[in-house]
Amino acid sequence: MVSALLISVGAVSGISAFLALLMVIADATIANYGDVKITINGDKELDVKGGKPLLGILMEEGIFIPSACGGRGSCGLCKVRVTEGAGQFLPTELPWLTEEDKAANIRLSCQLKVKNDMFIEIPEELFNVRQFRSRVSSLRDLTHDIKELRLELIDPAEIEMLPGQFVQLQTPEYELTDEPVYRAYSVSSDTKDRRRIELEIRLVPNGICTTYVHNYLKEGDEIIFNGPYGDFHLRETEREIIFIAGGSGMAPIKSILLNMADEGSTRRARYFFGARSTRDLFLVDKMRELEEKLPNFTFIPALSNPEPDDNWKGATGLITDVVADHLESGDNVEAYLCGSPGMIDACIKVLTDKGVPEELIYYDKFG
Amino acid sequence: MSPETAYPVAIFFAAIFTNNILLSNYLGMCSFLSVSREIKTSIGLGVAVIFVMASTSMLNWVVYYKILIPLELEYLRFIIFIIVIAAFVQLVEMIIERVSEVLYTALGIFLPLITVNCAILGVSLFMVIREYSFIESFTFGLGSGIGWFLAIMAMAGIRQKLKRARIPRGLEGAGISLIITGMMALAFMGFSGMLPIG
Repeated sequence: MVSALLISVGAVSGISAFLALLMVIADATIANYGDVKITINGDKELDVKGGKPLLGILMEEGIFIPSACGGRGSCGLCKVRVTEGAGQFLPTELPWLTEEDKAANIRLSCQLKVKNDMFIEIPEELFNVRQFRSRVSSLRDLTHDIKELRLELIDPAEIEMLPGQFVQLQTPEYELTDEPVYRAYSVSSDTKDRRRIELEIRLVPNGICTTYVHNYLKEGDEIIFNGPYGDFHLRETEREIIFIAGGSGMAPIKSILLNMADEGSTRRARYFFGARSTRDLFLVDKMRELEEKLPNFTFIPALSNPEPDDNWKGATGLITDVVADHLESGDNVEAYLCGSPGMIDACIKVLTDKGVPEELIYYDKFG
Repeated sequence: MSPETAYPVAIFFAAIFTNNILLSNYLGMCSFLSVSREIKTSIGLGVAVIFVMASTSMLNWVVYYKILIPLELEYLRFIIFIIVIAAFVQLVEMIIERVSEVLYTALGIFLPLITVNCAILGVSLFMVIREYSFIESFTFGLGSGIGWFLAIMAMAGIRQKLKRARIPRGLEGAGISLIITGMMALAFMGFSGMLPIG
């Protein structure tokens, strides 16, 4: 009885061990593609070990390609242009590639294994993009539908970014999604503080990420984000700045203003903020504080539908009308807009009518 | 032909037609249903199945008669066969990926799917139950693979036509596929009696 037990255990272990050994040998010989070189954008060269998917190899080298599914080939986000050394398109890539993608040699980096020297092209801004683990240090209501989310970085411990840039927040699997989902949010905090970031997130009905932040996330929870992205940042000129925002479009502009205050900027700046009524208005005290610190800055909140109880004495009307009333001429002005596509398109029209050159109107549109 | 050579040949044809593993035993249904949408992918998976069935039936014959029988461990055949199949498929995938890019794009991604294809394990188990010799096991494995290939090709062809057919909503997808598989099985029953073995 005991010997039968031993023999059976021994036989199963023996056969398994033999096969495992075979696999290890195969992995070291057949699947060993040696040292290969990846050339990025024609100048940066990486010496790496071949045999693994491009996405993982780049991540080990500190280059983070945005990907939502973590390399399972089910999100189709980790596209990279491979000009040489990629070989044929794999059946696992094809569902995610359009005809244009294929013509431009766009590949899915999580499926494409690096087997020989490769030439790839990725946008320069991705070199600075990292994935961060962070902890929710505070989560509070700014209005009835906008929450302010403060995140303390864990790993890496610091983020270097420009005021006005955004990050992508990861929503883990929960009731509304069965795989991680990423959504972009502008950072609203002072980017001089590299150890934490602050986001302003408006609840979108049935929005996967916003619902998660508003109804599921708690202080102390860990959350993953990656970034920074975007080229919405203040240009160093002498022109007067016109900021226009609505709702959570407040975020990047607040970050830019905080940085201007740090630097003791004396540039003329006006900030038009549109809301429906006072219940949609937030951080007014903070803006008044910034008016004290910045000698040439004025905050102009405008309500489109003030309630009788609001006792509103400030500007009234659509944000476009308020801007049109206040702005005498578009000469010597540059504008920074952040808000819904409809608001931005309407504001661009008002500004160009006033004579602001279109190339000096910078905006961050979100849907 | 002497009976010794004739019998393996009969087994080969029986495995394709009269005892088609998919249509008479309903084995290997999951990949059959999910991959038979297009002829091209069906060919890839079918060829991979032929290759793996023929190879693993031989491998498992050796493992069973040379290791398990002498050690009186026949009852472990399920677990051992699965391990052997999984390791073999993994190895073949690695080799194909290294050797031929064309073959890898055509077959490579189907190989991992096959590890869990029950028809493969079924072939090894039938081989034991029916007490086939080494040669018979090989022809049985090869024949079953070709039979499976035929069945999935036929299904893929029918499903191409079905794309333009008006199917009651409740039967779309797996429903109509299973009904068609049943009809195909009935059609294949016409072959029975053609060969002297069951």
